Amino acid sequence: MELIFEKSVAGRRGYYSPPSDVGIKGSILDKYKRKTDCRWPELSELDVVRHFTSLSQRNFCIDTHFYPLGSCTMKYNPKFTESVAQFPGFSHLHPLLPQLKKGEQWTQGALQVLYEMEQLLCEMTGMDAFTMQPLAGAHGELTGVMMMAAYHRARGNKKKYILVPDSAHGTNPATATIAGYATVAIPSDKNGVMDINILKQKINKDVAGLMLTCPNTHGIFESHVDEIARMIHEVDGLMYYDGANLNAILGRCRPGDIGFDVMHINTHKTFTTPHGGGGPGAGPVGVREKLVPYLPISRVIKQKDGTFALSYDYPDTIGYIASFYGNFALLLRAYAYILLMGKEGLQAVGDYAVLNANYIKERLKAQYDLPYDRVCMHECVFSASRQAERGVHAIDIAKFLIDQGIHPPTVYFPLTVKEAIMIEPTETESKTMIDQFISAMVEADEFSKKDADAFHVMPKTTPICRPDEVKAARDINTNYFSSTSS
Amino acid sequence: MIPYISHTKKDVEDMLKVCGVKSMDDLFKDIKPQHRPKSFNLPAGRCEFEVIEHIRKIAAKNKADLVPFLGGGYYDHYVPAAVTALISRGEFYTAYTPYQPECSQGTLQALYEFQSAICTLTGMEVANASLYDGGTALYEAAMMAFRITGRRKILIDGGVSPIYRKIIRSYTRNLNFEFHETPVVHGQCDRQAIFKLMDKDTAAVIFQNPNFFGAIDDHSDIVARAHEHDILVMESVYPISLGILKTPGEMGADIVTGEGQSLGLNLNFGGPYLGFMATRREFIRKMPGRIVGETVDQQGRRCFVNTLQAREQHIRREKATSNICTNVSLCALQASIYMSLLGKEGLKELAQTILDKAEFMRQTLEKIPGVEVKRSSPTFNEFAVCLPVDASVVVEAMIDKGFAAGFPLGRYYKGMERYMIIAVTEKRTKEEILNYAACLEKILSSIKTAVPV
Repeated sequence: MELIFEKSVAGRRGYYSPPSDVGIKGSILDKYKRKTDCRWPELSELDVVRHFTSLSQRNFCIDTHFYPLGSCTMKYNPKFTESVAQFPGFSHLHPLLPQLKKGEQWTQGALQVLYEMEQLLCEMTGMDAFTMQPLAGAHGELTGVMMMAAYHRARGNKKKYILVPDSAHGTNPATATIAGYATVAIPSDKNGVMDINILKQKINKDVAGLMLTCPNTHGIFESHVDEIARMIHEVDGLMYYDGANLNAILGRCRPGDIGFDVMHINTHKTFTTPHGGGGPGAGPVGVREKLVPYLPISRVIKQKDGTFALSYDYPDTIGYIASFYGNFALLLRAYAYILLMGKEGLQAVGDYAVLNANYIKERLKAQYDLPYDRVCMHECVFSASRQAERGVHAIDIAKFLIDQGIHPPTVYFPLTVKEAIMIEPTETESKTMIDQFISAMVEADEFSKKDADAFHVMPKTTPICRPDEVKAARDINTNYFSSTSS
Repeated sequence: MIPYISHTKKDVEDMLKVCGVKSMDDLFKDIKPQHRPKSFNLPAGRCEFEVIEHIRKIAAKNKADLVPFLGGGYYDHYVPAAVTALISRGEFYTAYTPYQPECSQGTLQALYEFQSAICTLTGMEVANASLYDGGTALYEAAMMAFRITGRRKILIDGGVSPIYRKIIRSYTRNLNFEFHETPVVHGQCDRQAIFKLMDKDTAAVIFQNPNFFGAIDDHSDIVARAHEHDILVMESVYPISLGILKTPGEMGADIVTGEGQSLGLNLNFGGPYLGFMATRREFIRKMPGRIVGETVDQQGRRCFVNTLQAREQHIRREKATSNICTNVSLCALQASIYMSLLGKEGLKELAQTILDKAEFMRQTLEKIPGVEVKRSSPTFNEFAVCLPVDASVVVEAMIDKGFAAGFPLGRYYKGMERYMIIAVTEKRTKEEILNYAACLEKILSSIKTAVPV
């Protein structure tokens, strides 16, 4: 498909901004002016609408396809939350308004949403306070680890290490590094959980804390979590809960009750704010009491007269971690979703998500190797090793599924499982859809016995097939204009 | 009664049977009794209508209809209906990171186009597919400068948004880096102070253009001096201003970041916004965030993929250039649609209209006794005025007249309590500006004694 720049026709315009009605011309000296033209395309509104509509049709998405991408919690995004986010009372609200003198009185609604979200999240997770500011899950991790660092600094402890299981998301070790810590990887044992014996050997007084996803990326709940927490706390380390998989345990277990000191939530996972093709997300961070003093500013407080205000007066705060109060429009969608679901609804989320994952695991374990054959939580991880021996790898099965109208599961992650296929169906998929997926997976296995080569030219139903990624990284072309002018 | 779960009682029974268990509880046996919640006291669920009405009432408690002259880097531009309509397509907003390029060409091509549009806007060679917002983008750029140069000191001009400066400081507190803030003189950066501080340890100098006071500058001379010492120059920019202003690329800057909210995004009480970053080709491997590249498929057809992923956390883990994963793809798409609608001529026109209206407002305010419009530096859309009294008091009084009159600088700059910055967009009309001026004049004359500052 042509690029939008290739469709450009000089003289066309897709939008006219309001003309000047002031009758004078502003001017600036030549030396401050740009000399080269900005080469944005020239198109009519219809040209632009057709272009982007055509592009959209080259995407799989939840609204059109089953999307069992493991660890990403691709559940249905209810439409009403989009309506809520577009209320002008929120969408046109300037973030600096509450920072004006007595300006808070003009943003009481927005501050109320932030305040109530904090209360709701605390109750759901067993934490004592939350900041809504982090703009994504990984941003939440960084905020959390920065608070851990502030805690240790305040106690005069120079800690060096963050422990991270080998099954963790890449964001965990990356975050630890960026926050100034070295990472120590803890391997998984044969049951798919963290190896407690190795953990014991690695724990010492230089350990700042442990980052744990629970259930972990094998889809398994770390049953020894209380023992792990006790060991970490013994050296004054802190327990970080990576909330990527919180969906599985809503209402069944709260991180704050089982020894975690700090955690983040991915609203785009657990509270189904749209993934947007890769964001925006939101990553609220919760803390237990001992970390409350270090929360970023501003914080939303409720005053004696029942009104809400922003407060900056926290001497031990880690400071500003984002420009404002978080990705407000996403938090608002999450708030709407939580209110609709209520207590019973949120408890049901984990139940059905776990049922769906276990059902898939049972139905496919005859065809695919199951590295950890036990009850799983919200996702199950298979290995395509058996198929790989026939020349059909995890990536080939992924491409086969695309032709069946299914977005592939996560492949080659977690790194602990060879030829990993990580399936997270979520609670919103019907049994009908899940059965269809299972049939497709069974068919892939059958077909791998017959014609392995056929897989290597799949998918056939999409506009393109198997891009050359090596070429992309070697002959770097990330900008249409530098590729055409040179 | 949840409309998003489709399982019937029979479905559940059948599925439990396949799982070889009797009840849902059996699937949760790994969560031991001692792990059960101490409390889960949440309100009961409600239907969609009830939630909508509840939130509508909350929204009504906000005053979002003030005539906005409030900016500070976040501006009330018009968002064309086509932008909202297109990003509301489920194919865009309910997809995720394009891990499978065959079924994500829509998102990937749109991001490639976004990167290209940012490059031509800023005059740079390469751009990434977005970062969270303008503030965190500048922090990422600072970290990038440390990686490129291996040095540990950065100079930040005092004209850089005070919010951004605070963000950078928070993030680097646990790291062995040094930041020097250089003063602002008559609204502009202090060249002599900057030249004096440049040394072998200096990784970069950070500017914002227009700066927080609205002043514009040409940093070409500083870039030349900086490059003599292998020091990088970073510019944080307001994209719409580049419809008319000299680009960072033309100045010779090395890393450019910015807040893309003005490119078709609503104000949304602070987010989601759009951070962008562009740089020279030679630094592409040091750049954080997702990058989309062109390639060909098995049959030689042009297509797009996430590229140079070896920089990223999911591959490099603790050695990654950044921990960023989810960024703000949909906001980048939104900006891309906006930029395409506006086109090259539309951008120029928009920038000129804003310049005209801002100049009209400056001239109008200058006629008010006691109001001093700062003219020491050229400005674009936003400018500083000095009032005879505390600006925050005036702004408070203007709210009662229906205006978000500006941002008082005393909040972030000590000794500037009588100053405020006023922003103008294409949406402001002559009538609004004249009404504003009339109200301001009335308020100033009614405030008899100057608030001591």
